[in-house]
Formats: sequence, C-alpha cells, structure tokens
Amino acid sequence: MLGPNGAGKTTSISLMIGLRRPTAGEVRLFGRPPTDRRARSRCGVMLQESGTTAVLTVAEIVDLFRAYYPAPLPAERAIAMAGLTEQAGARVGTLSGGQRQRLYFALAICGDPEILFLDEPTVGMDVEARRAFVGSIQTLAGAGKTIVFTSHYLREAEELAGRIVVIDHGAVIADASPRELTARVPGKKITVIAGRPLSRADLDGLPARVISLDGDRATLLSNEPATVLRELFRRGVDVVDLEVSGADLEEAFLALTRRAETVTG
Amino acid sequence: MSVSAVRSPAATSGLAPLGRMLLLQTWSEMRIRWRIPAFSVTIVALPVLFFTFFGLPYVKQTMAGGTSLGAYLLASFAAYSVGSVMVFGFGIGVATERALKVDVLMRATPLPPLIAILAKVLNAQVYALLSLVVLIAYGTVVGGIRQDLGVWVDMVARLLAGSAPFVALGFAIGYLSGPNVAPAAANLVYLPLAFASGLFLPLSQLPGFVQRVAPYLPAYHYGQLAWSAVGAASEPMAVAAAWLVGYTVLFLAIALRAYRREESRKFG
Repeated sequence: MLGPNGAGKTTSISLMIGLRRPTAGEVRLFGRPPTDRRARSRCGVMLQESGTTAVLTVAEIVDLFRAYYPAPLPAERAIAMAGLTEQAGARVGTLSGGQRQRLYFALAICGDPEILFLDEPTVGMDVEARRAFVGSIQTLAGAGKTIVFTSHYLREAEELAGRIVVIDHGAVIADASPRELTARVPGKKITVIAGRPLSRADLDGLPARVISLDGDRATLLSNEPATVLRELFRRGVDVVDLEVSGADLEEAFLALTRRAETVTG
Repeated sequence: MSVSAVRSPAATSGLAPLGRMLLLQTWSEMRIRWRIPAFSVTIVALPVLFFTFFGLPYVKQTMAGGTSLGAYLLASFAAYSVGSVMVFGFGIGVATERALKVDVLMRATPLPPLIAILAKVLNAQVYALLSLVVLIAYGTVVGGIRQDLGVWVDMVARLLAGSAPFVALGFAIGYLSGPNVAPAAANLVYLPLAFASGLFLPLSQLPGFVQRVAPYLPAYHYGQLAWSAVGAASEPMAVAAAWLVGYTVLFLAIALRAYRREESRKFG
C-alpha cells in the first residue's frame, strides 16, 4: 500500500486489523471480524505507533508474544529472522531505533502468522537492517505468507511487492502490478526558463504534469518531453534555458498522487 | 513455515491455551516490576519504614479493649501496604504503559484483555503478599509482637481478598493521568486517604473532624479487615465488606469512563 504521508495508509491498516472501527462498511479477516481471537491468532502486525516495555530482554518478550499464538515459531528462529541474534539477551530499552524496529518485526512473525500487516516497516532501519529485512520478507512470501505493508517509497514497493495499491486522501487511485504502475508514472523532468513570465495558459493542455510554476521558471513531469517542447515553441514561449532529466521516481510518484489537487488548483 | 509436521492441540483449535498465556503474562509482569527498583524497593521498604517511625515506639502498649497496640499498628500498616501496592502499582503501571503505547501493540495480538488484566492483578497480589511477609517478619523480630501464625494468615487472606477497591482506584488514576503525573496523583490521593482512615495513627489520636470523616473513606473500612484479624475491629465485617464493594463499583465506574474516553479517541 503506497501513498504519501497522510494518505490514510496507517488508518487502512488499523481498520484491517481491527484497531479502529470503520464508520461505514465491514472488514473481514479469514471470514471473521478482525477483532476475533481466531482471526488475530493467524495474523502478525507491526505498527508505527506502538511500544513495548523497556525492561524485558529481546528473548523474554519474544517468548511472551509466542505464548499468544497457537503454533508459534521457535524463539531463536524468529529472533534470527529479524537479525537480532546478537541482541537476544539485551534489554529492549538499550536497543537502537533500527534494532527496535527489528524487534517489532520479530514480534510480528513469532506467531508464524499466515498474514502479516507491516506499517512502514523500514522506517528507522539502517542499510544493513533493511537488507536483512528484505531477505526475510522474500523468504516469508516464498513460503506462501500474505504480506501487506505500507510505504511511501515507490522503489521499496517495486522491489518487494507483487501488487501495489496507491492511496491518497483515503481513496484508491491505482491498483496495479509494479511494472504497470511505473509505466504510468512520468519518466522525465523538464525545467524551462522562459524569456518572460509564464502563465497557466502557456502550460495548459500539455502532455505533462506541472510540478511548479514560478515566474519565468516552470518544472514539468512527462513521458513525452519532445512533444512538450515542440508545443511550447509553437505557443511562442521563447525558451532561454532548458533542462531535461530522468525524473526522480519519488518525485514522479508524488506528482501522480497530487493529480487531483493540480487539476482543481 | 510450520516447523513441526505434528500439529499440537493448540494448532488444531486455532487458539493458544489461555492458562499458559496467563502464566507467562503474569511472570513477565513480575519480572518487569522487579526490574524497576523504584517500584519493588518502595513497595517493600516504605511500610517497614513507616512502621518503624509510627509503630515501633508503641508496640509494648495495650489498647482499651485489651488488644496489643503493637499488633493493631502492624495490622494498620499491613492494610496501608496492600493498598499502596495496588494504587501505586496500577496507577503508575497503567499510566506508563499508556505513554509507551504498549497497549496499542497488545491490542493487535490474540491476547484477551481480560487475561492481561488478570495477570496484572495476580502480579500485584504476589507483591502485596511479599510486602506483608516482610512487614510481619519485621514486626515479629524487631518489634517483638507476638501473635499466633493463624492470626497473620487470616489477616493476609482478608487484606488480599478485599483489595479490589484499591485495584480499581489504581486503574482510575492510571487512565486519568500521564506517566509524569501518576506518581504525584497516587501520592496525593492515597497518603491523605490512609492517614485520615487511621492507618498511620489510631483514629482516636486524630483531630475530631478527621474522626467524623473517616467512616466514609474506603481505607477506613479496609483497615477494619486487618483490625478484625487482631480482634480490634470497630464495625461488623459485613458492613466493611459492603462499603468496600460500593467503593469498588464507584472507582471502577470512574476508571471505565476514563478508559472509554481514551478508547474512542485512540481507536474510534
């Protein structure tokens, strides 16, 4: 589940696992309400806004969480999959932010769940932790687990997901495979500096998305930069300076989710 | 990803056994408390300290009814001690867990909330028992207070069984205050309450208006449970029990209101 900050990713996850009640509609997990203990026994969750006690050790708290589930993984296995073997005897309060994030991952998988809900799992992870995490996710997915995770990085979703649902302001704006989605995202960034102040009218109807318009300077995203430039020349915009570069994927993606605002604004 | 080919009974029912869950949850709670010296030391040391100041000088005296004043004062501080384990343990514990958002993650697991609460209560009972054993041993050895073992067993049983109003009061404080405020709130509520109920000094030595207010306070009736064990209660146990049940209901209602308010804010 992909979307910028404030898109409603955390709210969606909270609804799916029964931490929040929907104002309308219904959520079912394994054919049961998500608050049902049988449903909860089959899922693991990793939340952004949550904590654990600081004075238990990693091994102790993993053992405690294992007792909540009917057929848990061996504790050492869950701890190893989270990359915390060296810290197993350390108290939770002494862990770094990244290690703590790995602990939450260990707690999410220790019950050997069939479905995992991970809310922004890689936030706070360093490069090494992230690599280990990606490996574990791929192992779990390979073993037939369903993994629902949120991210605001297109690249992360592309790397890990088989299906990407893009949401913004609580609404689904795309639901596609990573390949389809990247094809839809504009690939080039065009920065134009004109000899006179530019107006909206100069840019209307171009096969591009306007990212910024500031006096004589405009930045656009497009998959057809040549068409855009030809049209600009045809409209008599005298281009003083020009830069065409490969769009940063994040930037391009943000433009996709901001489409609604751009049109109305 | 399943590790063993043979499925355990738990695996086929789809649910983990509640007994084991309760056991591990209680054990974890006990370890957590034990590792916070501010709690574990205070719970055991303070009643002994208070008894040393307010009780030890008078242990050789006898009360009007013939009861040993030493036994009476030890019973008073025993009541104070159990009440404080409950009010401070639950008040500060719940406020801290809320601040750390431990409750959010727990809610998403299959751990039934009732098991989580039961584990906290069991844990508190064990600590209360520990503090009582230390206090009684101190009173016997250092204070030279002599009572049949049966008297103390009876008193411990009454105090543990009647501690519900203070559990509820602790929950109410824990849900109404943050982790920085909770210790002060617990002190501000519990210390005057214990004092005005005659748990530090016998009521007869307190100002007249305190003597008139005391019979309306929960700690006064809780003290009766302890005093009755040493033969110095001033009201029938049924009356004390009725007051304690009433206060439990009142404090639980306050705690539930605060809990629901937070619930709708956090999870609505």
